[in-house]
Amino acid sequence: MMEPEEIVSKIQAAIADAQVRVVDMTGTRDHFDAIVISPSFEGLLTIKRHRMVYAALVEEMKGPIHALALQTLTPEEWEAQQ
Amino acid sequence: MSESKKISLPISGSTSVEANDSPENSEQGGDILSEIAKINSDNPVVLYMKGTPDQPMCGFSAAASAVLSSYGKPYTAVNVLADPEIRQGIKVYGNWPTIPQLYVGGELMGGSDIVRQMHESGELLEVIERALAKVD
Repeated sequence: MMEPEEIVSKIQAAIADAQVRVVDMTGTRDHFDAIVISPSFEGLLTIKRHRMVYAALVEEMKGPIHALALQTLTPEEWEAQQ
Repeated sequence: MSESKKISLPISGSTSVEANDSPENSEQGGDILSEIAKINSDNPVVLYMKGTPDQPMCGFSAAASAVLSSYGKPYTAVNVLADPEIRQGIKVYGNWPTIPQLYVGGELMGGSDIVRQMHESGELLEVIERALAKVD
């Protein structure tokens, strides 16, 4: 079990200039939805971006986190979506 | 109508025994990784999922298999719930922590988020058709 804030910190520690929002999807503190916005995603395939996020949470993915749905965007891509 | 081939795999146990065989995962790991490599090279489109396309056991797996089924092209669904070795092995094999996982042409595409995004952009159908064309 984890708090969304802990996940945010881990991702920010690992990915430069990341803006992160994490939501607990089920209230059971183990299924999360995350949006990560970072310029370091530029030019990377989605799978590469997701790997970067999972790399920040290696131990957590083995236990406390059962599911982590991801959206990984550059700031420009985020703007384009608004 | 979609077709999906359900692979039935041995429930558990290594297929080879070595003299210094240890019960730790790393020894069995080698065999399961080869088995997974073979599944991925023998089949152009492989979805490792919880449950089956007809009876998915998790929402993410349901979504991924629904996308694949919607194309009406054959694909292989591997039910990781039926085989704990595969369930663990597939995470080690591709260094990817969650299920479902989609492999096309032997390459990991990603999980359900990526399947959905690739589906919406049209990229997924393209990739699948290319992989199926290579088989013929």
